[in-house]
Order: sequence, then structure tokens, then C-alpha cells
Amino acid sequence: MAISFESALGVHPQALAFRGVRAEVIAGNLANIDTPGFKARDVEFKTILNGQLSGDSTTDGRHLEMPATEQNNSMLYRIPFHQTTDGNSVELGVEQASFSQNAMDFQTSLIFLRKKLGSLEQAIKGGR
Amino acid sequence: MKLDNLYEISGSALNAQMVRLNTIASNLANISSAGSTPEEAYRPVKPVFSAIYKQAVGENKGAALVQVDDVLEMPPSAKNKRYEPDNPLADQEGYVFYPDINVMQEMADMLSATRSYQSSMEVMVSAKKLQQRLLSLGE
Repeated sequence: MAISFESALGVHPQALAFRGVRAEVIAGNLANIDTPGFKARDVEFKTILNGQLSGDSTTDGRHLEMPATEQNNSMLYRIPFHQTTDGNSVELGVEQASFSQNAMDFQTSLIFLRKKLGSLEQAIKGGR
Repeated sequence: MKLDNLYEISGSALNAQMVRLNTIASNLANISSAGSTPEEAYRPVKPVFSAIYKQAVGENKGAALVQVDDVLEMPPSAKNKRYEPDNPLADQEGYVFYPDINVMQEMADMLSATRSYQSSMEVMVSAKKLQQRLLSLGE
């Protein structure tokens, strides 16, 4: 039985890339917390995951996959809890919570990857 | 994986908030810089922020940096006029014009700037941790 690194690692490399993109978007929201008229945005994991799993991003196996950053339809505006007079929809607590959650998810994906790589290493060495 | 952009984004916020803190310090320091006319008195300054989106192909278009467009001088105001005939700056009628600065507002602004600075700083610390863990993958 041949070992395929791609299938052994599963969805985790893409998940890690997505977490990186999301961290940037939330950092952008936090950076613009005092910019008048700025609308907070976020990316949805479900949309990108569905696209990756169903494989509809490529029509041929030889085509390069579109990076998650180019899928702009997955970029959504956040609905604020309170309205502000300057039209800014960034809420510090919400963004900080999302950022920490995203950082935790990033570390989770990393741990999964680490474990998968560990088992691959064991398979290569033949359990020695 | 480009976590480097996180530093650029948070760095732009640190820069913008530092400009804001500088203007607040300047306004508070010059609260007594009076003049014989409203124009001669110190004029409070306020920064103007705006968001810049990355435009290059392959860049994350959702991530926004912040930039300081301008630092505006407030128009001269005769609101804070005091009768001080002994003041060397007094005009013919004995009035001195002080800048129109609301200390409470400046202090609240200062707290807000400090908080925003802190949150961007935390983003940077967090990015550093994530990158370190990513680098140690496979060890």
C-alpha cells in the first residue's frame, strides 16, 4: 500500500492556511478600530471548507487550486451589537474573542498536523 | 503561509495610535498657550484615520491596514475668552484668548488610544507565538 502525504495529512494544511487568512482579517479589524466608517469583516470556515472538500475549485486535477484568499464571496460583514455615530462596526471585545479563538484553532490544527506527521514517520521507519 | 502580514497590519495600527497619542499630548501640554487673538492662540490638532486594502494579486483582500491621512488643526475659536488685563498678551479691551480644549474629552481619547494600542500589541505577541509553533512543526 502506497503512502500519500496529501491524503494522510487530510484537511489540516488547508485549515491552517485558512486560520492564517482569518487572523489577518481580524487583525485588520482591530487595526481599524478608530477609523470612521470602517466595516468589520470576517471569513467563514464553512464556505471555504465545503469548497475544498467537494473539490469544485478545480475542474481538472492538474489545475492549480485557488488560494482561499481569492474566494472573496466568503468574506462577510459582521453585524454589530451597537450602532456607532461614525459608522464604524468594529467592537473590541468581539474582535479580541474571535482572534483568540482563531489562534486556538490554529494551534489545534498544528497539533493535528504534528500527530499525523508523527504517524507517517513511524510508518516510514517501520515502527522501529 | 504569510503570517508576516499580521505584523504589517498591527504595526500600522501601532503607528496610527502613536500619532493620535502625540496629538493628545500636544493638546494637553498647550492648554494654556494663549494669544491676543483667537488665531494666535494654540489650535488643537486631531488626526484623521483611513483604512487601506491590499490590492495586489494573491494578497488577502480582506485585511485592512490603517493609515494617518492628515493631522488637522481645529479652526480658531473665541469661545475660551478670559478677562485678564494684567496678562502681557491681553488685547486693547483686556481679553486673552485661550485654546478651546476639553480636558475630559482629551483624557477619554487618550484611554481609547491606549486600549487600541494594547490590543494591536497583543495581536503581534500572539502572531509571534503562532509562528514559533509553526516553525517547530516536525521536530
